[in-house]
Amino acid sequence: MKALEPTLYDKSVPDRKGITLPELDVPLSEMDAALLRDDLALPELGELQVVRHFTRLSQLNHAIDLDLYPLGSCTMKYNPRLNEDVARLPGLAALHPLTDDEGSQGALALMFQLQDWLAELSGMTAVSLQPAAGAQGELAGILMIRAYHQQRGDTQRDIVLVPNSAHGTNPATVTMAGYRAVELPSDENGDVDLNALRAACNDQVAGMMITVPSTLGLFEAHVLEVVEAVHNCGGLMYMDGANMNALMGVVKPAELGFDVMHYNLHKTMSTPHGGGGPGSGPVAVNEKLAPFLPGPIVVVDEGADEDEEAPRYSLQMPEHSIGRLKAFHGNFGMHIRAFAYMSIYGASGLHEVSKHAVLNANYIRANLADTYLIPYPRMCAHECVISGQIRGAEEVHALDISKRLMDYGFHPPTNYFPLIVPEALMIEPTESEDKATLDRFIDAMKEIAREAREEPDLLLTAPHRMPVKRLDEVKAAKELVLCCKPALPPSAAAGN
Amino acid sequence: MSYIPHTEAERQEMLAAIGIQSMEAMFDAVPAALRFPTLDLPEPQSQLEVTEIMTALAESNESAADFALFRGAGAYHHFIPPIVNHLIQRGEFLTAYTPYQPEMTQGTLQATYEYQSMMCALTGMDAANASHYDGATSLAEAVTMTRALARGRRNKVILSPNIHPQYRAVVRTYHQGGSVRIDGDDGAVERNDHQGLLALLDEDTAMLAVAYPNFFGEIEPIAAYAEAAHSVGALFVVVANPTALALLKSPGELGADIVVGDGQPLGVPLSFGGPYLGYFATKQKYVRRIAGRIIGETEDADGRLAYVMTLRPREQDIRREKATSNICTNQGLMSLAACVYLAALGKHGLRQVATLCYQKAHYAARKLQELPSYQVNQSSPFFHEFVLICPRPVREINEALIEHGIIGGYDLGKDFPEMADHMLVCCTEMNRKEEIDEFVERLAEVGA
Repeated sequence: MKALEPTLYDKSVPDRKGITLPELDVPLSEMDAALLRDDLALPELGELQVVRHFTRLSQLNHAIDLDLYPLGSCTMKYNPRLNEDVARLPGLAALHPLTDDEGSQGALALMFQLQDWLAELSGMTAVSLQPAAGAQGELAGILMIRAYHQQRGDTQRDIVLVPNSAHGTNPATVTMAGYRAVELPSDENGDVDLNALRAACNDQVAGMMITVPSTLGLFEAHVLEVVEAVHNCGGLMYMDGANMNALMGVVKPAELGFDVMHYNLHKTMSTPHGGGGPGSGPVAVNEKLAPFLPGPIVVVDEGADEDEEAPRYSLQMPEHSIGRLKAFHGNFGMHIRAFAYMSIYGASGLHEVSKHAVLNANYIRANLADTYLIPYPRMCAHECVISGQIRGAEEVHALDISKRLMDYGFHPPTNYFPLIVPEALMIEPTESEDKATLDRFIDAMKEIAREAREEPDLLLTAPHRMPVKRLDEVKAAKELVLCCKPALPPSAAAGN
Repeated sequence: MSYIPHTEAERQEMLAAIGIQSMEAMFDAVPAALRFPTLDLPEPQSQLEVTEIMTALAESNESAADFALFRGAGAYHHFIPPIVNHLIQRGEFLTAYTPYQPEMTQGTLQATYEYQSMMCALTGMDAANASHYDGATSLAEAVTMTRALARGRRNKVILSPNIHPQYRAVVRTYHQGGSVRIDGDDGAVERNDHQGLLALLDEDTAMLAVAYPNFFGEIEPIAAYAEAAHSVGALFVVVANPTALALLKSPGELGADIVVGDGQPLGVPLSFGGPYLGYFATKQKYVRRIAGRIIGETEDADGRLAYVMTLRPREQDIRREKATSNICTNQGLMSLAACVYLAALGKHGLRQVATLCYQKAHYAARKLQELPSYQVNQSSPFFHEFVLICPRPVREINEALIEHGIIGGYDLGKDFPEMADHMLVCCTEMNRKEEIDEFVERLAEVGA
């Protein structure tokens, strides 16, 4: 088969050397040959070949740096390069994670400050930066809720309520934490169905996970009633903070009554998505859950000399901690970037971020309302959900619209989520985009709707201007070729 | 408002198009009494000021940039070829997301496929995923996977006490809500009692996990563990340092069913513990049970070779509460760094790195063994880390070393109270001979 770019193994030439290291400067020690391997099937290339290979690969990607990336729920905003530079300052990048507290005061001060800022932004009492991603933040949150009930001897609680509009990580998290997820329906406005919620609330309920604003991109109209209903039956409220980009300086989750939430620093605080991570998912909690936080967290050392210029920081395990979620202290490199981002904006700027994120989403919603069905036609938050069902073009699906958008140079919105909207397209422009870019996107969406009616084949066979056409995903799953052949161990290679 | 491009005129036009008078009107659905709270956060700073603040914070740390470092214990200081940073900072990689739309993300997909391939080569396995958060979470996911493969019929998981203590802690965090029984560590058997560990294996055991080299740097008899685990029908999991695998027999060759570990030594900076990447490799016959993303080969409508995320129906976004893991992101950019690193060094370069690590650590151990008041633990062969028994508490020794610009080995007393005078010493290619000689000299002074 013809490849766009041959693999590293295709380009490998026996005995070609890449980067070399200094000659051995110590006397040689014997090595026990019985411990050593015979062969190492890594490719052999020169440095320039490697540079060209990855540069060419990079050019096959779409990225925020190229154009709009309105992937709903992912908050693909500009990733400031200042953050990249400060994260690579030698005193941070070359700092060993097991450095004694005395030798890492700068890093601990940064983490302490970030914990404090994230607590303030959410109105919560305490924060742990341990979780490596939003999904780990969720797991931490549900494990804390579990530990809280267990410590009170309230052990019969075994279910967590999750709306049917929730992101798939929510029910998966509930299962991972050893609870059972019970799905709640949404009402005709896309909000949690209050009657169904009240009927489900009993002494089996450990808590409820909801996303605010909801995954439909809406501010839940009766969020206070939802929180109250769950609290009244003894459950705790978890807020999925995936959509925090709509809330900064708009409302504090703790003041809405939430007991615990997670942030996605790779969404709200602009740390780069990097082709799929790393993320960072700090959890923020109120007083009830603070003793259960995953740790260690950074604290100010009690008993430090008050005359000293700066407080002394140390790492500490919270009293009843659910434990560690990863080795060391969380994705520190992401903490650095979030710290830089929050420093640039300050209180006033972060509020402007949320306002402009919501402005951009509503501008798209308002401009597409005549062309596409908007299932919940009201003011949206930082993203808007439209339906990809186009009147007069019944054979066209959301996926086809998405693929065609690529030909216009845009990354598609999130497809088929939330599940409760047929043919959903979830569009999140973020505050980073200027009006001209949004206008180009709106024009493209309108043009695609016209094409869908007049030349549907253009959509059904799209994309046409990408490096590859539509892919055969069935073949990939059936044949399962997951590894370049020369890299396979001899036994497996023989079997193929 | 550094990164918000809107002008006042544009804002007004946009509000008019929406049909409202003010920005505030977009938030009417938020309870009025709680709307627009005051935020007690600092004033905005310029890029210049932020750079100054952060440079000051960075410079107050004692890092490997300014100190000679002899500490590893799960995070290793290696040379990172400049092209790693240059290539991973290309905006097309840095500012893309998960390749949900393969036609527009072939770059990320192919690089990840190549990363998977090279992890297979190192581990001797034939399938690897696109990475987990770190080595510790990879091990926690291995527990989930082996239990799923046993279909809930095996409830015991045996962890060698010689696995990194933080990895073992993470396994406990992940599985506190489930029915798994963790045995082997936390005092269940003595750390050198290999037979005692194997005696725990029974028909209820889903997996046995050991580290290679282990937390204390030692190379244990891996093949014997594999045989014992398999004899009771348990799966055998190896936690391996990928640099060591450039020299040592691959875990696959020694009988591993799953190989996990931290990919940080492959081109990822220490960065105070993260972001790193957890690699996860196994046999293809188990691949449908791996959590996280997997990239596979396919073709497009014109028959062109291309790559795509495959086996998606296992994942949480489709199976929801039936998924066994909630993992959603991987450590994409870090796996790209590892991919570029492995390509840049290649077969020859990685072997050279591993050889330098081995030789320097052995040189240091030999010199230290000559000191009368110190003793090197030589009960097993080791790779680039070893235990040094000191005449005084390690804490005191390290306080003295730092005055001479040296960050000493890890104080094992922090995890094992009975080992307060045991130092875990690590050497890599970054430690030149003069540096090692000075380290030995200073230790001699402190220990006299």
